[in-house]
Amino acid sequence: MTARPNLRLGEWVAVCRLDDIVPDTGVCALVNGVQVAVFRLSGDGEDGGSVHAIANFDPFAKANVLSRGIVGDLKGELVVASPVYKQHFNLVTGQCLEEPGVRVAAFQACVQAGTVFVIT
Amino acid sequence: MKPEKIVVIGNGMIGQRFLEQLVSRAEAHPVDITVFCAEPRPAYDRVQLTSFFSGKSPAELNLVPEGFFERHGIALRLNDKAVAIDRERKVVRSARGQELRYDKLVLATGSYPFVPKVPGTEWQDCFVYRAIEDLEAIRAAAGNAKVGTVIGGGLLGLEAAKALQDLGLKTHVVEFAPRLMAVQLDDSGGRLLRHKIEALGVSVHTSKVTKEIVKGETCRHKLLFADGSSLETDIVVFSAGIRPRDQLAKAARLSVGERGGITVNDHCQTNDSNIYALGECALWSGRLYGLVAPGYQMAEVAARHITGETDARFPGADMSTKLKLLGVDVASIGDAHGAAPDALNYVFTDEASGIYKKLVVSGDRKRLLGAVLVGEANDYGSLLQLTLNAIELPEHPEDLILPAREGGASKGLGVDALPDSALICSCNNVSKSALCNAVTDGATSLAALKKCTRAATTCGGCGPLVKQILDATLKKQGVEVKNYLCEHFDYSRQELFHLTRIGGLKTFDQIISKHGRGRGCDICKPAVAGILAACWNEFVLKPKHAPLQDTNDYYLANMQKDGTYSIVPRVPGGEILPEKLIVLGEVAKKFGLYTKITGAQRIDLFGARVEQLPLIWKDLVDAGFESGHAYGKALRTVKSCVGSTWCRYGVQDSVTMAVHIENRYRGLRAPHKLKMAVSGCTRECAEAQGKDVGIIATEKGWNLYVCGNGGIKPRHADLLAKDIDDATLVKFIDRFLMFYIRTGDRLQRTATWLDNLEGGIDYVRKVVCEDSLSIGAELEADMQRFVDTYECEWKKAISDPETLKRFRHFVNSTAPDHNIVFAVERGQIRPARSDEKHKPDEAYNSSKADHEPALEPAS
Ligand code: SRM
Ligand SMILES: Cc1cc2nc3c(=O)[nH]c(=O)nc-3n(C[C@H](O)[C@H](O)[C@H](O)COP(=O)(O)OP(=O)(O)OC[C@H]3O[C@@H](n4cnc5c(N)ncnc54)[C@H](O)[C@@H]3O)c2cc1C
Ligand code: SF4
Ligand code: FES
Repeated sequence: MTARPNLRLGEWVAVCRLDDIVPDTGVCALVNGVQVAVFRLSGDGEDGGSVHAIANFDPFAKANVLSRGIVGDLKGELVVASPVYKQHFNLVTGQCLEEPGVRVAAFQACVQAGTVFVIT
Repeated sequence: MKPEKIVVIGNGMIGQRFLEQLVSRAEAHPVDITVFCAEPRPAYDRVQLTSFFSGKSPAELNLVPEGFFERHGIALRLNDKAVAIDRERKVVRSARGQELRYDKLVLATGSYPFVPKVPGTEWQDCFVYRAIEDLEAIRAAAGNAKVGTVIGGGLLGLEAAKALQDLGLKTHVVEFAPRLMAVQLDDSGGRLLRHKIEALGVSVHTSKVTKEIVKGETCRHKLLFADGSSLETDIVVFSAGIRPRDQLAKAARLSVGERGGITVNDHCQTNDSNIYALGECALWSGRLYGLVAPGYQMAEVAARHITGETDARFPGADMSTKLKLLGVDVASIGDAHGAAPDALNYVFTDEASGIYKKLVVSGDRKRLLGAVLVGEANDYGSLLQLTLNAIELPEHPEDLILPAREGGASKGLGVDALPDSALICSCNNVSKSALCNAVTDGATSLAALKKCTRAATTCGGCGPLVKQILDATLKKQGVEVKNYLCEHFDYSRQELFHLTRIGGLKTFDQIISKHGRGRGCDICKPAVAGILAACWNEFVLKPKHAPLQDTNDYYLANMQKDGTYSIVPRVPGGEILPEKLIVLGEVAKKFGLYTKITGAQRIDLFGARVEQLPLIWKDLVDAGFESGHAYGKALRTVKSCVGSTWCRYGVQDSVTMAVHIENRYRGLRAPHKLKMAVSGCTRECAEAQGKDVGIIATEKGWNLYVCGNGGIKPRHADLLAKDIDDATLVKFIDRFLMFYIRTGDRLQRTATWLDNLEGGIDYVRKVVCEDSLSIGAELEADMQRFVDTYECEWKKAISDPETLKRFRHFVNSTAPDHNIVFAVERGQIRPARSDEKHKPDEAYNSSKADHEPALEPAS
């Protein structure tokens, strides 16, 4: 899921320390003027410890709140639930599960040496 | 065809069922029916007789459908006893001198209670327990009595004992055998039952033979026992067995058994083929049945036989029973004593929880022959089905009675394993296929199914199984019926609550790895957060709990449509010092918040950005405010009226009580939010009857109402207890709330909870006020632990640097969210509409003082 890229500066932006994100929650980072919701998963399974980034803007509520949603899985898909009207968004693709026509931007994210990086 | 003249003697439960069966077949076979009924009223539900004491009127116990006798032209002779049968002339004579000819005669005379020949039983305070009149007499005598004794510790005796206790008497049970329910239970089961009965406050005396009843010293009478001991009592109820009423038959020289009972063949005919006998008075194949179910079967067989179905036969019946005493589950199935020569026993005893279960299986371990359940009889229905249908047992029969194993498959075989012909409700002869068909034909709720099939309407023993069949059938139709929390847990909230509490589980990870699957979701996580809070009351923002919280709980404030938050400080009872009122105004001004009085006597401050929350709380906490939990599935407010302190009509100090109650239960997490109110008199200015817990002052104390609701579907609260004092009030609320918290479903307010609770408010009253489950002390202790560990969540949040880190919009910038824009209306802010956001001069952008985003250096 999470690529282990060669860090090419200018593309990958360091947003915070991994420790700044409580496992299974999200934070919002400002990356090149864009609000990005960055989530950290707990555990050590397949997705354990991975980080994911999608847009922070909730297209239904029209508010910057997705980073404050509850993280989990539905039928195996990693999702966050909007804290306002509870639609679910796939953490990897940004696809809304309830509305096939709605998808928020998804970004690559990774952890290197305890720091979280995102490409927008 | 000339109608056949049919005379029925007895209009009890079986006689009535016979009439119904007969008239439903009478189209092809016209009949002219007369019924003699010795009692002053037509058939009523004797099985539910005891509910007469809990308030059921004779009319509610009535079993005869409206207009039944008139509609079918049946002559009912109430209060008229048949006294002689002349078989030669085919005539019945009644006590009032009526003589009636019959073509067919049906005896449904039932039983009479056996009263042992003990000198002194002629005392006026000695009763039996069989008819409504008996209970009326007992109630009248109990009025000025203190102690009551039941002679006989069988099924009925225990029911009578519970009734005496409910009438407020100190109650004793005297049993001749060395254990209670000697017929159904073995020694260990009997011992456990004894403990349970004693825990209800009833004294049990076994191996006691009553020799004489004499005048008492401290009570009206004294029972003298054969072993020299004695017992003082005011009233005595005999429940020492029943005897078939066969005198009439005997006098008519019909064949009767050595120990009583009118001998019948498989068609329920006596040795005179024109005379039938049914129910408790009939002796079939050497057996007497003291239960309704076999009698109902006989009633059907006789009706069919009389109307020409000559092959209708009574196949014999099962004597399994389940004791329906509240709080004590006891059941006995089939060959409970293991009488079959090669029978094997499996026994499970859990003395700590008071559970005893025994299975009797065949030598090859393939069939269940019998079972005894004490302390927990949930599996009665399914075990009975295994026995009745000779269903092959699973590999480990012991799994059927052992508590579910760690990670093991659920026990039992499920209703799908039952054949269509399986008799589910034996009282009313309803098979599995009849139930399934009724569901398919539209009876899709338990109530509808009960109504149209009659299943589960008599002893209720089959109720759980009927529900399972309903659910299974609906599921096959593709209807979703699970009350599982979500795809991660195959448990309801109530089940998960118990697993958490009993397993001592402290985190979501432990719970999901033990009892669920996957990572969880926005349904189960907050539900588990609530369960954990109710069980252990740890700080909700501890890192291990934080990811479970809805954003409202996470930020201890309510998220608004634009991503800002609102803050509602607690104002206990709605009473507030002017100084604190001023602080609220000052804080609102300082942070530019919209201010409104809420619908529940508090003040709401709107429009706070996430990074402002800790600053706002700091000011509020410093001024002595606490979190109002407007964000939580928790206690909201306790609304009050001014009460006796100021109001000319008030009879109690409602404000003091409201403040006390709100401070006691503040922060209590529950399946849904909780609201309460206290009114100082019956004028009810605090609208207490619309609350989950409503308290209304009376001259003598308080009336406690529960399970009211405003909101989406308003419901008036039900009265739980009357005229109670302060301490009792708090005790009952403690118990009520904890009982709801333990058993409520996710997002189920108390109103819906009650509407779905079997037994309704009467059941709640038994549990809360009479402690019928003996869990009162435990519920109070749970509540006290919660009260003792309460901490204000805001105060805790602002003093914990780790928690505070979450309160900023950007993890890598101190800038605010530029998308939050307010407009001004009536002098206060409100979220700007999207058209306003693009006209900067009309809108006020909260991120005007925008910083250049400062990225933290990458390491
Ligand atoms: C602020 C307030 C309206 C106001 O401006 O006065 C309010 C605001 C909301 N109510 Fe309410 N209710 C408010 C009093 C009430 C009352 C009146 C009362 O408590 O006496 C009721 C009816 C009484 C009752 O609950 O039985 C009420 C019945 C509801 C319901 C329906 C509940 C139900 O059982 O049917 C909901 C929806 C829910 O909880 O699922 C609801 C939900 C909400 C939510 C939480 C909706 C939401 O999810 O955003 C609103 C949150 C606003 C916020 O962010 O603060 N609110 N709400 C009141 C806050 C009272 C307080 O001080 O805590
Ligand atoms: C408190 C209590 C609880 C019970 N609980 C259960 C239970 O949980 N499950 C269960 O299966 N069973 C239970 N039973 C037993 C059940 O009530 C009986 O099996 C059932 O009522 C028998 O019906 P019956 O018609 O044969 O007799 P009854 O209901 O006794 O009816 C006989 C009627 O005939 C009348 N009669 C008698 N002789 C004459 C005459 N010569 N002329 C005119 N009328 C006459 C009697 O007055 C009476 O009204 C309980 C019984 C009691 C008392
Ligand atoms: S009534 Fe509806 S809109 Fe008004 S506060 Fe309550 S939930 Fe919100
Ligand atoms: S078995 Fe008694 S009501 Fe169904």
